[in-house]
Amino acid sequence: MYTASDLRKGLRIKIENDPYILTEFNFVKPGKGQALYRCKLKNMVNGNQFERTFRSVDVFEAADLQEKRMQYLYKEEGKYCFMDNESYEQIFLSEDQVGEAKNFLLDNIEAEILLFEDRPLGISLPNFIDVIVTKADPWAKGDSVSGNTKPVTIQTGYQLQVPPFIEEGEKIRIDTRSGEYLTRVKG
Amino acid sequence: MIEDDSWKLTVRADTLRLRARMIRAIRRFFLDRNFLEIETPLRIPAPAPESHIDAVASGAWFLHTSPELCMKRLLAAGYSRIFQICKCFRAGERGDRHLPEFTMLEWYRAGADYRILMDDCEALINTVAREIGLDGVVSWQGRRIGLEAPWKRISVRDAFARYATISAAEALSTDRFDELLACEVEPRLGMDVPVFLYDYPVEQGALARVTEGDPGIAERFELYIAGMELANAFSELIDAGEQRRRFEEASRNRQRKGSPVYPMPERFLQALPRMSPSAGIALGVDRLVMLFADKPRIDDVVAFTPESL
Repeated sequence: MYTASDLRKGLRIKIENDPYILTEFNFVKPGKGQALYRCKLKNMVNGNQFERTFRSVDVFEAADLQEKRMQYLYKEEGKYCFMDNESYEQIFLSEDQVGEAKNFLLDNIEAEILLFEDRPLGISLPNFIDVIVTKADPWAKGDSVSGNTKPVTIQTGYQLQVPPFIEEGEKIRIDTRSGEYLTRVKG
Repeated sequence: MIEDDSWKLTVRADTLRLRARMIRAIRRFFLDRNFLEIETPLRIPAPAPESHIDAVASGAWFLHTSPELCMKRLLAAGYSRIFQICKCFRAGERGDRHLPEFTMLEWYRAGADYRILMDDCEALINTVAREIGLDGVVSWQGRRIGLEAPWKRISVRDAFARYATISAAEALSTDRFDELLACEVEPRLGMDVPVFLYDYPVEQGALARVTEGDPGIAERFELYIAGMELANAFSELIDAGEQRRRFEEASRNRQRKGSPVYPMPERFLQALPRMSPSAGIALGVDRLVMLFADKPRIDDVVAFTPESL
């Protein structure tokens, strides 16, 4: 069971026999009023989304999902193909099911495929991955304290903000859950 | 895995400089107007019992959730204009606009009511804006908000009638007041000019005086700019018997919810009858910095968040 203070983006809860994922989460609290947890929930089976505001007294059941480790192979006609490395079974996930993870699908990366009653629902990647910066504007030296980040592109085509000293060709570590830069990787 | 995130401190330098200038301007504003700057203890034996504000325990005592009880004891002892800039602590409050440890500005005036504090807000925020080079207009996340006084004033009842799907009275009776205020009313307030939302139902103003002639209304206002709640003000309740009843009711609410119940702040209640009619206000300094630095999250305007320690 979860309580309202456990709620966070990405949490999976069960409502009326369907698994839901919190796609947006915000803590709001008017003045002297009670704490409210404004959430956007996505039904992980049919993709329907709705907003709901929870209170601190609310409790939630965890969604009981299975996870299976599979390897990403290729993308074809908008479908993403993954393979079970033990059984060699292949499955296809839609763009929706892959979601934000499509930005971090490196060749042959291993992902956890989420299953609800044997149907694939989505994937989760390792929290941290190392990627190559394929495109970056050069660093204007002496600009380190100007308070600015700069946009770069990584090998999957994904763009993100990084500190100004990151150069093209460098390896950086990304948090796949937030999509944010973490650190420069040496060597 | 612990990441080296010192770059986050580096890219925040401009905002932290702005923050320091703003705090200096706030301090000068009050000193110029003969307010006495006060420091009260952060660690206290009995925080004000409020239904929805949780204190952080510190040994057998608590970190204060606001300096108001000590500030009011000073008022009762005859101090007539006092202010404080300090850290406050509230358990479980973390969001884009909440930190469990945040910076509060409070000021109090003896012989005043909440309307004078509205004038103070207009003067203070315009003074700080000028000090950092803003010329009567602030831009926040794509909205332009004019700061020229007088600002808009709208009662809670009128605001619900205008922005919410049900009336304030109906929201109260169905226990949806906070939800509708947060989700339907607040996001619409102060989008062009700052707004004072005033005259709250008495159950929403635990330390506020009721309006003469209407026992259902508490003399309380909140200041909103760009949909963001910046300050909360009262004409202070000085009836010790009534204050004790409200504290006891808040304590009962806390017990019902399974929240910790705090000791009664007896010394404050003892001092209250000596307090002359006064008005007091608390303003979230971090949020004012968010506004003037045009930052969407409270994390962007402090050097460290709890998660980064």
